[in-house]
Amino acid sequence: MLTLECPCCGVRGEETEFHGGGEAHLKRFGPGSSDAEFETYLFTRENPKGVNFERWRHANGCGKWFHAARCTMTLEVFATYSAQTYEPPADVIAAIKAKRPEWEMPA
Amino acid sequence: MKRYSLFAIAREAARYHQGWEKAWASPEPKKKYDVVIVGAGGHGLATAFYLGKNFGITNVAIVEKGWLGGGNTGRNTTIIRSNYLQDPSAAIYEKARSLYETMSQDLNYNVMFSPRGVMMLAQTEAEIRGYKRTAQANAYQGVATEFIGPERVKELCPIIRIDGPRYPVLGALWQERGGTARHDAVAWGYARACSDMGMDIIQQCEVTGVTREGGKVTGVETTKGHIGCNKLASVVAGNSGHMANMAGFQLPMESVALQALVSEPIKPCMDVVVMANTVHGYMSQSDKGEMVIGGGTDAFNNYTQRGSFHHIEETVRALIETFPMVSRLKMLRQWGGIVDVTGDRSPIISKTPVGNMFINGGWGTGGFKSIPGSGWAMAELVAKGEPGPLAAEFGLDRFTQGRFIDESVAAGVAH
Ligand SMILES: Cc1cc2nc3c(=O)[nH]c(=O)nc-3n(C[C@H](O)[C@H](O)[C@H](O)COP(=O)(O)OP(=O)(O)OC[C@H]3O[C@@H](n4cnc5c(N)ncnc54)[C@H](O)[C@@H]3O)c2cc1C
Ligand SMILES: [Zn+2]
Repeated sequence: MLTLECPCCGVRGEETEFHGGGEAHLKRFGPGSSDAEFETYLFTRENPKGVNFERWRHANGCGKWFHAARCTMTLEVFATYSAQTYEPPADVIAAIKAKRPEWEMPA
Repeated sequence: MKRYSLFAIAREAARYHQGWEKAWASPEPKKKYDVVIVGAGGHGLATAFYLGKNFGITNVAIVEKGWLGGGNTGRNTTIIRSNYLQDPSAAIYEKARSLYETMSQDLNYNVMFSPRGVMMLAQTEAEIRGYKRTAQANAYQGVATEFIGPERVKELCPIIRIDGPRYPVLGALWQERGGTARHDAVAWGYARACSDMGMDIIQQCEVTGVTREGGKVTGVETTKGHIGCNKLASVVAGNSGHMANMAGFQLPMESVALQALVSEPIKPCMDVVVMANTVHGYMSQSDKGEMVIGGGTDAFNNYTQRGSFHHIEETVRALIETFPMVSRLKMLRQWGGIVDVTGDRSPIISKTPVGNMFINGGWGTGGFKSIPGSGWAMAELVAKGEPGPLAAEFGLDRFTQGRFIDESVAAGVAH
């Protein structure tokens, strides 16, 4: 069972309280971009076996969106953090590295 | 390979079953093969089988990190049907379904194909329209299906409640030659045939890297050392993204856990497969008498092979409405498999950005039924380097070109 803590309201709950929103920090490409960039934005996903950055919504709670850094193999959540950021902040990276020293931030 | 037959059973019975030989060999890997296939699930093994049978390519290794058939092939609810809406899907799934009809004879291995009939319930007006449209499309595609009314549904499956309070049964899309097969036997039968053709099935051997030179594949790093190859086929279902990452590219694919459960065995009460997509439940009865029930997919990426607990309740709740007798059943076992879901919910049989590396994946929640057709098409792609008619529409380039195969309506549910 996956449990998450909402960084917006501080409530901890199990997954049925939340709604998964897919991969986080996607770079948005629109009109004028190359076909490849647009395809990557729409469909190509990291889908890592290990540390994943993703979007969540506290659907049955405060209703706010947030981000989570989570292991897709163990469901361990390293950190949840604000949705108002384009990349994982330094303290989140540090929290992951503390648990998974061999992990590198994907390019 | 000694043939299995009535005579063989009699002969072995007379000598206390001492003479059965191993169904397949378990050799150590050679230095190099013409083709290395990663993943000994149904699709990988079928690819190997048709490489040998249709193209005479037998210097092949099938490399498997666990045991053969231990992935989704051994974890699914074994529904076989080909009543899809779009032409490319109908073509490959019907090819597969028709190959299932003679698979036991072709492999000399009883895969227990049971064309008991598959019915997809229409429980909303939109579903009636959708299924009538599919039945019409199937008529053009040469796939035998029909839309039937609620009385016929009740006749074919008496344990269904057709006048439920929320979602009464308004009709169904019925494919009489759809059904089930024994999943393990499909993997074992192919493995035995491949081993007999001189192919090496290497189990307990995980691929950990893809070696390349000048943009072309040269082999794979494994837990049993480097294995060289001229051509590489990745057929690893939920691990496709992971394999692609090893080879330096990414896929339009995400991996999630899909669950199934079985009840305690009971007396025969249902001799068709029923799928109820609106309430999201589907059920058939195994030969042992267990009710085989398909569950839900997790709403987030993961590789746990377990699935979230709350889906069990949701699945059973949905089923009780349509099959009230389920409320008296004890559930026996639950398990999960990691399914590979693509951007348009259709599979990928394709060349990749790496030369001589090919991928077969993205069958998601519904690729048991397609195993022989997929292997047929994948073998052609690997042997010729270019896709044949069955695979052509399933290339990776469709995501760049916006040429999707929109089957999510027909196949969005887990089966
Ligand atoms: C619960 C459930 C119910 C389903 N119900 C149905 C159904 O009713 N009808 C239907 O048609 N389909 C169904 N499916 C889908 C179907 O099971 C799959 O689409 C199909 O089995 C995929 O076969 P495969 O050979 O591609 O994958 P798999 O059988 O998963 O084989 C892939 C193999 O690759 C191996 N592998 C992975 N990574 C590596 C590596 N790095 N090195 C070496 N080996 C590796 C794995 O160990 C695995 O054995 C269901 C799936 C699930 C999980
Ligand atoms: Zn909240």
